[in-house]
Amino acid sequence: MSVLDQPAASVHAPAEDVLTASGLTGEMLTLRVLKGVPGGEAAEVAYQVPVVTGMVVLDAVHYVQHNLDTDLACRWNCKAAKCGSCSAEVNGHPVLLCKTRVDDLPAGPVTVRPLKSFPLIKDLVTDVSRNYEVNREIPPFTAAPDDGTPWRIPQQDIDRLYEFRKCIECFLCQDVCHILRSHDYADRFYGPRFFVRVASLEMHPKDVLDRREQTREQGGLGYCNITKCCTEVCPEHIHITDNAIIPLKERVADVHWDPVRFVGRKLFGRSGD
Amino acid sequence: MAVTPEPYDTIECDVLVVGAGGAGMRAAIAAAEGGCSVTVVTKSLLGKAHTVMAEGGIAAGMGNLDPEDSWEVHFADTMLGGQLINNWRMVELYAHEVIDRVLELERWGGIFDRTDDGLIMQRAFGAHSWRRLAHVGDRTGLELIRTCQDKMVHTEGVDVCMEYTLTTLLKSGDRVCGAFGYNRNTGRFVAFKAGAVVLASGGWGRMFRYTSNSWECAGDGATMAYQAGADLLDMEFMQFHPTGMIWPPGARGILVTEAVRGEGGLLFNAEGTRFMLDYDPVKKELSSRDVVARSIYKEVQAGRGTPHGGAYLDVRHLGADYVKRKLPSMYEQFHALASVDITSQPMEVGPTIHYTMGGIRVEPETAATTVPGLYAAGEAAGGLHGANRLGGNSLGDILVFGRRAGVAAAEFAKAAGASRAIDDAQIAAEQADLLRPLGGEGNGAAPSENPYKLHEDLQLAMQDDAGIGRSEESLKRALVTVLTLRERSAHIRVSGGRALNPGWHTCREITNMLVISEAIIRGAIERRESRGSQWRFDHLDQEVEFGKINFVTRRGDDGMRVESVPLEPLPDRLRPLLERSRFYDPAKLPKGYLTESAPAAGTTGKTN
Ligand SMILES: Cc1cc2nc3c(=O)[nH]c(=O)nc-3n(C[C@H](O)[C@H](O)[C@H](O)COP(=O)(O)OP(=O)(O)OC[C@H]3O[C@@H](n4cnc5c(N)ncnc54)[C@H](O)[C@@H]3O)c2cc1C
Ligand code: SF4
Ligand code: SF4
Ligand code: FES
Repeated sequence: MSVLDQPAASVHAPAEDVLTASGLTGEMLTLRVLKGVPGGEAAEVAYQVPVVTGMVVLDAVHYVQHNLDTDLACRWNCKAAKCGSCSAEVNGHPVLLCKTRVDDLPAGPVTVRPLKSFPLIKDLVTDVSRNYEVNREIPPFTAAPDDGTPWRIPQQDIDRLYEFRKCIECFLCQDVCHILRSHDYADRFYGPRFFVRVASLEMHPKDVLDRREQTREQGGLGYCNITKCCTEVCPEHIHITDNAIIPLKERVADVHWDPVRFVGRKLFGRSGD
Repeated sequence: MAVTPEPYDTIECDVLVVGAGGAGMRAAIAAAEGGCSVTVVTKSLLGKAHTVMAEGGIAAGMGNLDPEDSWEVHFADTMLGGQLINNWRMVELYAHEVIDRVLELERWGGIFDRTDDGLIMQRAFGAHSWRRLAHVGDRTGLELIRTCQDKMVHTEGVDVCMEYTLTTLLKSGDRVCGAFGYNRNTGRFVAFKAGAVVLASGGWGRMFRYTSNSWECAGDGATMAYQAGADLLDMEFMQFHPTGMIWPPGARGILVTEAVRGEGGLLFNAEGTRFMLDYDPVKKELSSRDVVARSIYKEVQAGRGTPHGGAYLDVRHLGADYVKRKLPSMYEQFHALASVDITSQPMEVGPTIHYTMGGIRVEPETAATTVPGLYAAGEAAGGLHGANRLGGNSLGDILVFGRRAGVAAAEFAKAAGASRAIDDAQIAAEQADLLRPLGGEGNGAAPSENPYKLHEDLQLAMQDDAGIGRSEESLKRALVTVLTLRERSAHIRVSGGRALNPGWHTCREITNMLVISEAIIRGAIERRESRGSQWRFDHLDQEVEFGKINFVTRRGDDGMRVESVPLEPLPDRLRPLLERSRFYDPAKLPKGYLTESAPAAGTTGKTN
């Protein structure tokens, strides 16, 4: 029997009756948000937000926008931890607002501030355009001339690349990297996200470019002293240091000496390829 | 008296592409390769468009696993899934070309999971005859968008304007010659002068309460096209994806990819019955989305729903390792948002608004709209999917028709020459309209309205009265609500200035959503039958006559008009292909189909 043949249980069924409960817990949350514009005085504003079961910090920000302060600026898109738009610092930690559950945070007020390392645009939104410039500097994927046959690639090569391709460009790693925070190096250092990008190209079995010189020269790979701060904040759990940066250092070290390479080899037992 | 607009910036290009999802980026690459200067405009940052969320894969009849598959079978499945009111020529082009588009993506550096032979892996999906979806884990959209993004930013001649909102198309005579909008971060106005414009602005789910769509999906592009005089097609068809998250409340609507069922996930009701065996014994969990969504809805209505009003989706029998490898982001999503470990607990799911089958009416070959100089592709365009889209057919759609739109727009722009005069009166009027909500305390007696409240009211009305099941009564109620909201929208006021003010940005999105909602409702009222995603409680049957038409919505002098236009029947050369679908069953064909003979060539030529 097809579904269409069955009469509907009722002609008009409001979604509310059958599908939801509000999830309100009766508790209130104090959300402190740093509001500001470039050059102006930034001020922390406290808002009272009703707590809903399982809510994420982005839900709380939305509540503020809808009910208390329509002018509060915050970037977001997917609300499902897939686009990397909603990066900010919650209680001092760089996170995705849409993936940070309020019930996972310590009791008490929750503080939300914009990413520290990028120039402020307004409130929680920062100017991340520098990242897009860096991406343009990295030569694109380049395959050998097409011979017309379908590519055959072993799954294990894909598995290795997959980790790098998971990057959602949230730029949290760029935010915490101390090399990028010390502005002397900012224009000489790609930063962890883009070492992940280079690694995904360098380890692609069909890419034919030698990217080592460029990554050392323009990318400043040698400045990274594998503190792993980037890896710790990556919401995609990419092992940025172990699986991207250190293997790249190994490869680069085949042509140039790098003090950290030695440590890398000892600690992680990676070979160049 | 001539009105002088506030000063604005001007950016000039041959081809203006509205949108940086898959469709927009593919169009931009094609137009630039066609020798044009291209500007791509996007409301968000590059790489964040809605396409990034796609999970399951790209449908392409490559037959890497199942040699029986081919473009012909893909054609048949897509037509049958769309209940045969698709534009068959679009489906034909699509099924043919999507194979090349997938291979091209691979040549641009995109990665896909592999078969044992090292070829592109393909997975099963609802109502596809064979394993057909090229994929990488459950993040195929991210792979597609990143690959196109890297290709595009390294393509000579393409500029990108991130975080700009376009609000209206500019016209010179009857021809489109650009678009107008503002920089979201500064609030500064900008006019884009162009030889041709491609709308690749995506779909519109946000007028419904529970949706998998991002905030961007407000129907801006379709509204701009409508205001500029273009036809919209079959607007009543909105896809409910059967499996969205339903708990916790904040996560409600977030998609649970069909790949979960493609990989073997099973649906149960609260009594532990695998109910899809009753509703569709052949395709079971992998029935088409309209059928699965209605089945879950019916189980809940019958009192067999889960605690939060849905069904259980279970993958425990697949084994923890397999689940984590093939469905990693689903594992992570439930873990992070719902504290559910899907390898040891079932997921709770229910229908969520997901996709817009209807859209801007286009010419199949060129993606040209009914307005000269204006092209549309991707989810913003209509026609390919008919009454119901099969999973995996959208990522293919955006590549195939994104490319076609880019090629055609480039040709038009080159032929159109240099006259790109823009009309300052049009710009001044648009500026005044955009700035009205910032203008202090409303106008007189009416209290000022909060845009977010209007949005919430609209979402409730659409969800309840124009949602998964509809009747004339409920639709008319929805229409009254929409028309009332439109009046209220004249009194929207927001605080703050023009620099990055989300309240202000929401104002225009609301008026756009109201236009599109009206189109959805009016189409749904006219279609007095149930077909595909349109489920009419007061017309449960499919009707022969509605299988021979599409509905076109256009702007009339006195408001919105919905007209039926005859559908060009499937030509004799393509008819036999339908039987190639594994799900071809003469008894289940849309009513009247077999009794209608194909017309002689040329008799119905010009429609659609
Ligand atoms: C969770 C999820 C999973 C999905 N999974 C699959 C799948 O597995 N397979 C499949 O085939 N399909 C899938 N889909 C559907 C598919 O992802 C979309 O239909 C498709 O990506 C739409 O692409 P697009 O390029 O047409 O538009 P979008 O990607 O929506 O891009 C629209 C662009 O237009 C811009 N824009 C909009 N309005 C304006 C304006 N006013 N001014 C300037 N710019 C504007 C936006 O900023 C954006 O850049 C899924 C969808 C979702 C939500
Ligand atoms: S490991 Fe290197 S790239 Fe990562 S944060 Fe430390 S210095 Fe920066
Ligand atoms: S590597 Fe991780 S932290 Fe860095 S941008 Fe990508 S997803 Fe974000
Ligand atoms: S909104 Fe997309 S990652 Fe948070």
